[in-house]
Amino acid sequence: MKNKIVIENLTLQYSDGTESLNGISLEIPANATTVLFGPAGGGKSSLLRCLNRLNDLADVESVSGRILLDGEDILDLKMDVTALRRKVGMVFARPVVLPFSIRGNLTYGLELAGEKRKSRHDEAVERSLKLAALWEEVHDRLDDPAIALSGGQQQRLCLARSLALEPEVLLLDEPTSGLDPISTSKVEEALDELKKQYTVILVPHSVQQAARTSDYAAFFLQGKLIEYAPGTDIFTNPQHQRTEDYVTGRFG
Amino acid sequence: MRKTFEHEIQKLKDSILALGSMVEQAILDSVDALKERDIPRSQKIYDDDEIINQKRFAIENAVMIAIATQQPMAHDLRLLASILDVAGELERMGDYAKGIAKINIIMGEQKLLKPLTDLPRMAEKSADMLHRALTAFIEEDVKAAESIPAEDDVIDALYTQIYHDMITYVMADPTGIERSNWLIWAAHNLERVGDRVTNICERTIFIATGEMEEADVSDDEMTI
Repeated sequence: MKNKIVIENLTLQYSDGTESLNGISLEIPANATTVLFGPAGGGKSSLLRCLNRLNDLADVESVSGRILLDGEDILDLKMDVTALRRKVGMVFARPVVLPFSIRGNLTYGLELAGEKRKSRHDEAVERSLKLAALWEEVHDRLDDPAIALSGGQQQRLCLARSLALEPEVLLLDEPTSGLDPISTSKVEEALDELKKQYTVILVPHSVQQAARTSDYAAFFLQGKLIEYAPGTDIFTNPQHQRTEDYVTGRFG
Repeated sequence: MRKTFEHEIQKLKDSILALGSMVEQAILDSVDALKERDIPRSQKIYDDDEIINQKRFAIENAVMIAIATQQPMAHDLRLLASILDVAGELERMGDYAKGIAKINIIMGEQKLLKPLTDLPRMAEKSADMLHRALTAFIEEDVKAAESIPAEDDVIDALYTQIYHDMITYVMADPTGIERSNWLIWAAHNLERVGDRVTNICERTIFIATGEMEEADVSDDEMTI
């Protein structure tokens, strides 16, 4: 099993003095879904945002440690952040569709990246919609405004928008928190397919989703990594009392 | 919700204990009725096995509802899965008691080959082991669960003894072959109870530790 991302002793502090991540070391394998879970304020979203340097935009006081993506430290100041974010795509809790057509949402990123060929655009639109399990529902109305789609469809469109750029890593921050069970199940099924090609890192919106989707699961509590294990182990036989208490609903 | 769930779990544990004492009683009664040649009592044990079966289904149903509504994890999940398993073990032990009751009914007017002494001892020992194994199960007493399976040797030894006794009787008087066979069958049923008690002990260890291991007891039913 190849590690796509290796995090070494990562510590991050926001400028208001709250310590958000404390000495995190974690190896994230390629072609698998790794979930980061735990109660709010545990550091999982902060970590996710470090992985494509979104925290550059936040009020961060200090960051130390290393995050190696294919062996290259992405925290290095010489890192080309635009290139990094193309490699490491992200989907957020609320779908934010751009005020364009369905097609326009998908080709926007490609145009920004300098891809002008229409044939390439068409190819990317079809491929990414199929990967996001949305193609069947929208292929005959690609020029309709994206805003007319249902919430579940909008979220899959956002997923497709990330995929259109052919990233290597997909970060998802509670991507189904606002969706109904059927839409949730479609997104989860899409992720299950996607992990064959990509490295998927997911912050789930519930412990049950963590259990359903994870190949590997990391439990975070107050900025610390408490336990990291295969999903089949951590939800049936966690090794730490705090993990046990959290997954059985005793706190959180 | 945690409180509701804990309440549900407590009710399930109570149900397992209730089912356990029904089975325990059925085992003791079935052998006692055989010893006393009390056919109406055996008939009642035979019929009442249906109550044990229904109780098992009720527990299974409650466990499935708990899984569906609470989506349990970790220790809760291991406990519920084990309750499902133990309810099945108990129901099968009930069948063994029913089998012994049936032997008494089939024997009808025929006399016992000899007054029963070892068979009641086997029944007492296995009912006692069952009782303690279920207490250990409910209390998740790993130490007890680890020590009880070794006592199965006592039951196996009694079984072997009964078997040899019966062979001796048959050699002396081949006309007793059928009656001898019935008693061996009753002893065999009790021997199986001991094996299933061991399974309950394994589940107890699994709930507490997450480790699924066969208890280190010889599988041999007897040494002939």
